[in-house]
Amino acid sequence: MTAYLLKRLAISVVTLALASMVVFAVLEILPGDPARLMLGMNASADQVELLRNQMGLNAPLVWRYLHWAGGLLNLDLGRSYTYSVPVIDLVRERLAVSLPLALIALALSTIIAIPIGLFSASRRGRAGDTIAMGAAQLGVAVPNFWFALMLIYVFAVWLRLVPAGGFSGWGAGVWQALKSLLLPAVALALPQAAILARVTRSALIEVLNEDYIRTARAKGLPYRTVLWRHALRNAMIPVLTILGLQFAFLLAGTIIIENVFYLPGLGRLVFQAITQRDLIVVESVVMLLVAAVIAVNLIVDLSYAVVDPRLRSRQ
Amino acid sequence: MSLLDIENLSLTIGNTQILKDVGLSVAPGEVMGLVGESGSGKSMTALTVMRLLPYAARATGRVTFDGIDILTATEGQMCALRGDDIGMVFQEPMTALNPVKTIGEQVAEGIRWHTRATRAAAEERARQMLDRVGLPSAKFPLSRYPHELSGGQRQRVVIAIACALKPKLLIADEPTTALDVVLQAQILDLLRDLVAENRMGLLLISHDLAVVTEMADRITILRRGEVMEAGDTVRTLSEQLHPYTRQLAQASMHVPARPRSHGANPGNPLLQVESVTRDYPGRRTSLFRRAPAIRAVDDVSLSITPGQSVALVGRSGCGKSTLARMILALDKPSSGTIRFRGETVTGKSEADLKPARRDMQVVFQDPYGSFDPRQKVEKLVAEPLHVLDKKPTRAELREMVAHALHEVGLDQRDMDKYPHEFSGGQRQRLSIARAIITRPKLVVADEPVSALDVSIRAQILDLFAELNQKLGIAYLFITHDLTVARAITDEVLIMHEGKIVERGKTSEVLGHPQSEAARALVMAAPDLHRAIAKRMQEQG
Repeated sequence: MTAYLLKRLAISVVTLALASMVVFAVLEILPGDPARLMLGMNASADQVELLRNQMGLNAPLVWRYLHWAGGLLNLDLGRSYTYSVPVIDLVRERLAVSLPLALIALALSTIIAIPIGLFSASRRGRAGDTIAMGAAQLGVAVPNFWFALMLIYVFAVWLRLVPAGGFSGWGAGVWQALKSLLLPAVALALPQAAILARVTRSALIEVLNEDYIRTARAKGLPYRTVLWRHALRNAMIPVLTILGLQFAFLLAGTIIIENVFYLPGLGRLVFQAITQRDLIVVESVVMLLVAAVIAVNLIVDLSYAVVDPRLRSRQ
Repeated sequence: MSLLDIENLSLTIGNTQILKDVGLSVAPGEVMGLVGESGSGKSMTALTVMRLLPYAARATGRVTFDGIDILTATEGQMCALRGDDIGMVFQEPMTALNPVKTIGEQVAEGIRWHTRATRAAAEERARQMLDRVGLPSAKFPLSRYPHELSGGQRQRVVIAIACALKPKLLIADEPTTALDVVLQAQILDLLRDLVAENRMGLLLISHDLAVVTEMADRITILRRGEVMEAGDTVRTLSEQLHPYTRQLAQASMHVPARPRSHGANPGNPLLQVESVTRDYPGRRTSLFRRAPAIRAVDDVSLSITPGQSVALVGRSGCGKSTLARMILALDKPSSGTIRFRGETVTGKSEADLKPARRDMQVVFQDPYGSFDPRQKVEKLVAEPLHVLDKKPTRAELREMVAHALHEVGLDQRDMDKYPHEFSGGQRQRLSIARAIITRPKLVVADEPVSALDVSIRAQILDLFAELNQKLGIAYLFITHDLTVARAITDEVLIMHEGKIVERGKTSEVLGHPQSEAARALVMAAPDLHRAIAKRMQEQG
């Protein structure tokens, strides 16, 4: 078990290091000079050169990478070119919106998907299954920003239950803040839940055909008990895999959803940074997202071992 | 008064009639043997009694257990019966247990469910039951997971689950088919003891007449969903009044005719295995340490002359398949040499192995798993032809496939079919066609008939014998089944824990085994003649 854990951890660290190189390299190759952009079109070449030296942009590539990566480890992400404040402050402020949003969405999609998967698998081929899977098909096909618009129309405009957009900040009360995050989280969660429900269903159907399900039935356990106690845990491995992969899409989805709901989150930050060539902010946020995805996948790998004893003893 | 009474049971799934007017009964303390070939409806009869039939199945007739009408009982009543008054043991122990739960949880689960006992009390009873089936607490604590146990041990766990609450009726559906003969004998002994202890009724389902004869008081013979003959086991099998019973009995003892027996002729040996050893690295116990290596094959030497038929017999896990893989150059020995037609095959490149591969082919156990379901027979049977030096044209290739199909008794039109269109026996014929298409000198056959019904098995053994006579192919049969060795081989090698412990003429070794391992195998092997004689003696 310890060997499994250490191996997974080592793989995560290497992946993170490689990802940081790729992120750095890609932004180096992209056209656009941040110094020129900050000073405007009227600045002279000398002024631009001076600023480039100040910002360290003329140093050798490897040195700049090491400087940047070292800064990341110390949570020193540099200063934003456009806002002229430390990037870490920007990120921290925006993370207070995006992280709860992503977590609520992830929790919602799991809570919606797994019962639907169980329901459909236990009624395979019957009307309930067909309807549930039809709905899931729709959920996969419809983009999340359209869901967002429909939700705004129904719950904000028509029923006036929640605000249509914007975020008052956590200072103004937790309930108020959660209310602003609810619709965006639902919009993010629905397409993910649809995919997850389909995966849960097919994983369960496969498990339900296994011999040990028959053994459990022969013990006298009712079908539903067998479904929960024996089938679900064995079906968890593919479900966890998809859950881990979905987290990356969830983060990407926040960029669109935060724009639809005018939420001051990381997604909006990175979107604005890209249009303003604020490369240092883009780099930092992208690295943060990469780290988040790698961390989630590490958790998924470890939860495999919790679910399946065969992975614990095989080293 | 019977415990279980089945009258006029008919069963359809969709439009297919599975059972027709089946009747049988089991009294308390009685062993009823239900015999038939695959697809005869044995398992469906058992699942009807458990009411665990597929969703689309429709049953009519009467099934009464202990005064309860099974077919009209509610699901709640059935849940109360299953696992409490009726227990069931299944064929495949490797997949019958939930891999993510400990054996303790799985045995205790049914006890807790039915008796509402506390976790501790249920685990206490589970412990006693596991002790009873031969899994003592020192080596098999409740916290063991199924993957840490062997097939025979897992089957003991399944029996513990089924018998934990002392059921009135135990249904055992091919409980020993997936086990080697020694384990089979142990499991059958265990079942016999449990029947005697609790006056439990046992419905024993098997395709193996010898097993049923050893165990059952009465026997019911099923064919295509209908009862052919039923009655006292010894009388039914000794008189063999019904033609189908006779056919089954004869098939299970069938010995193919091989007029020309190839003894060890003194000429050049075809295959020479010289002190071959295979070690597998031990499990990693920490990052830097490994357990000592496992020696799967230990200093084995053997030789096969052209046209000779040799059996390599041993219990599961004795290293016989590892040895076969090394002979086929699919695995490398840790030490020792293997020579085929005088040339060393160990350590050669794939290109240099081509001539050897051409003359050495293989037939595997499972006729279902060894074909790609999306390829046509033509391509599947022609597969080994890539080892020919000259690539045959399409017409030549079809000609060769047609010839090979003809030799194994299939039609050349079968070339354009897919594997699923063939029955198990026909598929094993396809495997043999695939093996002989390169005109090999040696065929290695790994349990080639153990997945087949007795009558199909007799036909396939005949085919092996015929090809040996006609084409002079030498065989290495790898098996745990002594009837196969007896039927078709000249020489036998007994393998035990990686070593060859006994060798000699098949009839001599099997008639008068010297080593302990060989004696254990011979004693445990079910034999119809011996079983009938023994039962007649018991009954006087």
